[in-house]
Amino acid sequence: MKGDAPRASRAPEPPAAPAATDFVAAEFKIHYRQYLDAKGALVGKPPAFANDPEVMKSLYRAMTLVRTFDYKAVALQRTGQIGTYPSCLGQEAIGVGYASVMSDRDVMFITYREQAAQIWRGVTLTELLQYWGGDERGCNYSGPREDFPVAVPIASQATHAVGVATAFKLRGEPRVAVCALGDGATSKGDFYESINLAGVWNLPAVFIISNNHWAISVPVEQQTATKTLAQKAIAAGIPGIQIDGNDVIAVREVVGEAMQRARTGGGPTVIEAFTYRMGDHTTADDASRYRKPELISAAWKNDPLARLRTYLANQGWWSKENEEALISECKNKIEAAVAEYSAIPPPRPESMFDHLFESLPPALAWQRKKLMEG
Amino acid sequence: MAEVTMVGAITMALARAMQDDPRVIVFGEDVAKNGGVFRATDGLLERFGDKRVLDTPLAETVIAGMSIGLAAQGFRPVAEFQFLGFAYPALDQLINHASRLRNRTRGRLSCPLVFRAPMGAGIHAPEHHSESTETLFAHIPGLRVVIPSSPSRAYGLLLSAIADPDPVIFLEPTRLYRAQKEEVNDNGHGLPLDTCYVLREGRDVTLVCWGPVVKETLAAAQTLAGEGIAAEVIDVATLSPLDLDTILTSVEKTGRLVIIHEAPRHIGPGAEIAAGVAERGLLSLQAPIERVTAPDTVVPLPRLEKAYMPSEKQIVEAARRVVTFS
Repeated sequence: MKGDAPRASRAPEPPAAPAATDFVAAEFKIHYRQYLDAKGALVGKPPAFANDPEVMKSLYRAMTLVRTFDYKAVALQRTGQIGTYPSCLGQEAIGVGYASVMSDRDVMFITYREQAAQIWRGVTLTELLQYWGGDERGCNYSGPREDFPVAVPIASQATHAVGVATAFKLRGEPRVAVCALGDGATSKGDFYESINLAGVWNLPAVFIISNNHWAISVPVEQQTATKTLAQKAIAAGIPGIQIDGNDVIAVREVVGEAMQRARTGGGPTVIEAFTYRMGDHTTADDASRYRKPELISAAWKNDPLARLRTYLANQGWWSKENEEALISECKNKIEAAVAEYSAIPPPRPESMFDHLFESLPPALAWQRKKLMEG
Repeated sequence: MAEVTMVGAITMALARAMQDDPRVIVFGEDVAKNGGVFRATDGLLERFGDKRVLDTPLAETVIAGMSIGLAAQGFRPVAEFQFLGFAYPALDQLINHASRLRNRTRGRLSCPLVFRAPMGAGIHAPEHHSESTETLFAHIPGLRVVIPSSPSRAYGLLLSAIADPDPVIFLEPTRLYRAQKEEVNDNGHGLPLDTCYVLREGRDVTLVCWGPVVKETLAAAQTLAGEGIAAEVIDVATLSPLDLDTILTSVEKTGRLVIIHEAPRHIGPGAEIAAGVAERGLLSLQAPIERVTAPDTVVPLPRLEKAYMPSEKQIVEAARRVVTFS
């Protein structure tokens, strides 16, 4: 019966005497990491890759493609060409940063505001438009075949990440399950059950929380009384760290460290990445109902793209011409994807039966037939 | 051939599946060292080791969700939920993920998992330990709901559930776990899913049942036989997807139908079966359809559970009524 299992108490052994006592049973600290400040200046000694123009420019190019795509997707929704769409404006550095340290063999578990990571991983712009345009075929990614599709219910994907990390561990494979969540997701039991199991089984998993401050209309202060979200890792007995999520150097570096640890048997990590949701929750939301506009203008001062552009320019790696060429290249890619998306014939109605089961049970065949008859 | 109880047959099937297929792993609360609270996984840890038989933390949501991750990676996870009353956190994962992963990725990922859970009343258990809420699961598209009612069907159906490429919830009636011993050939052969099993042939009335109430229904058929009423007893076995054809064929012959289930009556599976027969077999019917079910109440504590469960007497009386209807 439930609850009969012996409890593994971790309470410290009380000293023999005196009978009543009070001592510090355990102490914890949460560190914060930033390399590139909001003005694009380095703070402290950066990791080696920050001195590699090719790496840094590739991150910037990806972030710019994501932002250009994001603007276009919102416009497409406004003109009725795709369905409800969740903008990732302002959160580009996180997705690009963590995806850039994943290998093709790692597996990703995300919620719906992670277009940056999806694009880096090889999900095509056409597939993204197809999914947000209301067509399941958009989740049949041509790129990362083992990555899970976006999880919409919030935090449920953390449990899948734990399952896949268990698979890696059981097979002895040096692969990592990377799970991205929002700040609201850390209020759910799914998140805690997952980091707890990841801790107790020492699984190769990295949990990245994009703390964009808002779960639709509820600010993070109303989600939790904890001072940080990273400290929730402490309850699972695993490392937790905060980073500036708008600093792509910090994201890439800290996630990279966690990935390396996970890959070599060092277990899971929770990373809280500070960012800000600069757009509405989705195109169906109007954030002006609950959020003062000055908060957005303040958030723009922390823009992840602007600071990286400044850094690149200050290093002499990026010019106005480079910028113009990049914007035009992104626009061309996106226009091509929109054209490709628009030309895809809609799914056949009976296709809703195609992948319900591996083979359709006879009991359902008549329903499919009826649907085909219209 | 060994004579085993239903729970013994389940252990036998799990061991057989693990021996024949290295992808099969078993986990849940208290399943490894303790062998499960009903001992369904007894001995598996010793035989297959702690990489294939795992005790999890007490956390049903992640037990359900991690099964999906493992299944998508090519494992064949068999997760035990200690009682059906504790499996409801898994509903979110079953509805939102397991049952639709194949569909929403257009076949890129699939979810061949089995969730086992003891169900039903009749063992004088505390609250939440006596649930027959199979209806909740049978309403989920993309999920198979399989309920055995004898040692041999438990063995064969569980093997097929584990081999199935899609998610299956396998509900095990607790009061049948040790109710009967039967010779079961541990030959690794599964029994077909998605099909009803005709347990007893008869020309006068069709008794449709599954899981915990099969025992009472068979006893009722025996009593009816003494009165000259030949009842055909159908064990649905796979509640979803439902093999209505076998039921229709039987009703064509008998013209009379009684549906028995321990699930609450309201929108219970009996309603779906009755509606299906009304739609496709109305002209075969010579009497109104009757349902013998648990009432639409909360499952009572053990002092009243006998009154809650469908009884042999109720089944006999319902069968008499439909047979004598004119």
